[in-house]
Amino acid sequence: MHIPDGYLSASTCAVLYGAAVPFWYVAFARVKRLLNTRLVPLLAVVSAFCFVIMMFNVPLPGGTTGHAVGVGAATVVLGPWASMLSVSIALLIQAVFFGDGGITTLGANCFNMAIVGSLVAHLVYRAVAGRTAITSSRRVWAAASAGYAAINVAALFTACELGIQPVFFKDASGAPLYAPYALHIAIPAMMLGHLSFAGLAELFVSGGVVAYLQRTNPALLGQNASAGTDDAARPPAATTGWRITRPLWSRLALLMLLTPLGILAAGRAWGEWGAKDFSDPKVRQQITAASGNIAPPSQEPQGLARLSSLWSAPFPQYAPRFVRRPAFGYVMSAVFGSGLILGFFLVIAWIAGTRGAEASKTST
Amino acid sequence: MTRARKNSQGVVERSLASFVSALEHTFYAEELAKKNGVLQKLDPRVKIAAILPLIVIAALARRLWVIAVLFAIAVGVAMLSNVPLGTMAKRVWLGVFTFTGLISLPALFLTPGQAIYTLPLLGWIVTAQGLRAATYLIMRAETAATFSVLLVLCSPWSNLLKAFRVLRLPIVLVVMLGMTYRYIFLLLRNAHDMFTSRKSRMVGRLDGREQRRAATASAGVLISKTLQLSGDVYSAMRSRGFQGEVYVLDEFRTGWFDWVMLAACVTLATLAFWFGR
Repeated sequence: MHIPDGYLSASTCAVLYGAAVPFWYVAFARVKRLLNTRLVPLLAVVSAFCFVIMMFNVPLPGGTTGHAVGVGAATVVLGPWASMLSVSIALLIQAVFFGDGGITTLGANCFNMAIVGSLVAHLVYRAVAGRTAITSSRRVWAAASAGYAAINVAALFTACELGIQPVFFKDASGAPLYAPYALHIAIPAMMLGHLSFAGLAELFVSGGVVAYLQRTNPALLGQNASAGTDDAARPPAATTGWRITRPLWSRLALLMLLTPLGILAAGRAWGEWGAKDFSDPKVRQQITAASGNIAPPSQEPQGLARLSSLWSAPFPQYAPRFVRRPAFGYVMSAVFGSGLILGFFLVIAWIAGTRGAEASKTST
Repeated sequence: MTRARKNSQGVVERSLASFVSALEHTFYAEELAKKNGVLQKLDPRVKIAAILPLIVIAALARRLWVIAVLFAIAVGVAMLSNVPLGTMAKRVWLGVFTFTGLISLPALFLTPGQAIYTLPLLGWIVTAQGLRAATYLIMRAETAATFSVLLVLCSPWSNLLKAFRVLRLPIVLVVMLGMTYRYIFLLLRNAHDMFTSRKSRMVGRLDGREQRRAATASAGVLISKTLQLSGDVYSAMRSRGFQGEVYVLDEFRTGWFDWVMLAACVTLATLAFWFGR
């Protein structure tokens, strides 16, 4: 899963460094706020742990062995943000000093394993564990499935990054300049190994660590990144509820207000043409100019015409029919779309909360 | 069954071998860093600023001969820095060639293009584009790995970590990297001790399930020790007056030789970028 140097183009590496930076920034700010002066020793020592855990050989069914990344265990014990930073630091040391993973591809490796891995592990663990007691056996399954899901989603991201290389980067003769396999080969090749073996190593380590800590030191499982600080004494709602998401609400509102910026872009996005565009001379000119002077077919493709009539959106072109000003339509669409997503997650959270409360009632 | 048992019995030994190999690698690097060579003489900050662009250019280049020239230069620098080429071949080139070679082998047949050879008996067709794709991948991986290893083998690691400040990393991150590096060895020793004591108590053969339990329990012990250790380190830092601010002693000095080498590497990187477009 550690992508070496030379497998990804410089632009892909730059994009993935760019994608990782905001996560590192937010993670650093959040962990620093929680841990204050404890940040340096805790992250340094836990990063060292993540490095060492990657060297453990885990026996797998069938007589083979595998290595775990440790992202599942780190997320369960430290929380997603501290895990993100610790695994990233461990990957940096691995790449620079032990040649495991490249330097140019470090951003990609951190994005896949540390960032995506920690977030997926956190979501799966929370979804499966619910509000069960710390010593509940469901938490062992939750940690195991969190580790398994995290490593497999990270592998999928890796496969996609490798798989897009031959599509975009070829030399004059048509030979791929970087990883040579397209998505239809890269994804199955990567996922077969991870779904069957590498994922199991992570599953055993994550589940095993939680099972061991439940027996010996269950307090560690209830503290997350605030282990040992005064924040540990706070109820979870105080650290994970509305207070933490408050800055995100203001950013979401700002993004909604900025949505009309899309109107500034002239013409249609490449490939997002409608059936009628093929008979509009102006749009045909735009398509030809944007497609390397290759003219589109003179008539709309039959499949496009047939399928485009199947569903007509309530807000076509991000503007309900009764709205005259496109900018207002954009903002309305943003509010409506975000509201739908938030509503969906509130319903999910309400169902999960009701089930969790029932489970805790029966356990007591 | 016996095969599975044999394999699972080797898990403790394999983990021990991983720990020992990491420690050996470190000691070897520390030894090489003390030698008298071109890279060893350079300020670690200059080393990073000079070598990182060459690694990036090796990833950017779209012509094979440019990557080949960069590789040849990396070999030359290794020789001038007294890094034994046999060791480089064994530790770096062979490993990268085997790994990347295996990965790129199917590309010879799967990449569409002009047929240049047909495998006898199997009838699989090697294409010119497939061969170029495999060569690109192997050459890039070898060149980048050689430069990275040179950077690491020719500097004391603690100095190299401090020199990361040249990349404008926050000082607190540089300090964390230094501490992480230090505690890796402590935890490696802890893990090594745990596995050695386990091995010394084992008189029979454990089945795969028991071995798995042992491995995950060791991971659990290690994470408990890690969090305990972080508390101890924090208390030790507080007792010495740590209040959250971090400082790094800046003992590096840059001389004329550093500037000459930096200029040479930047010129080389620019030329490689220009010709490799």
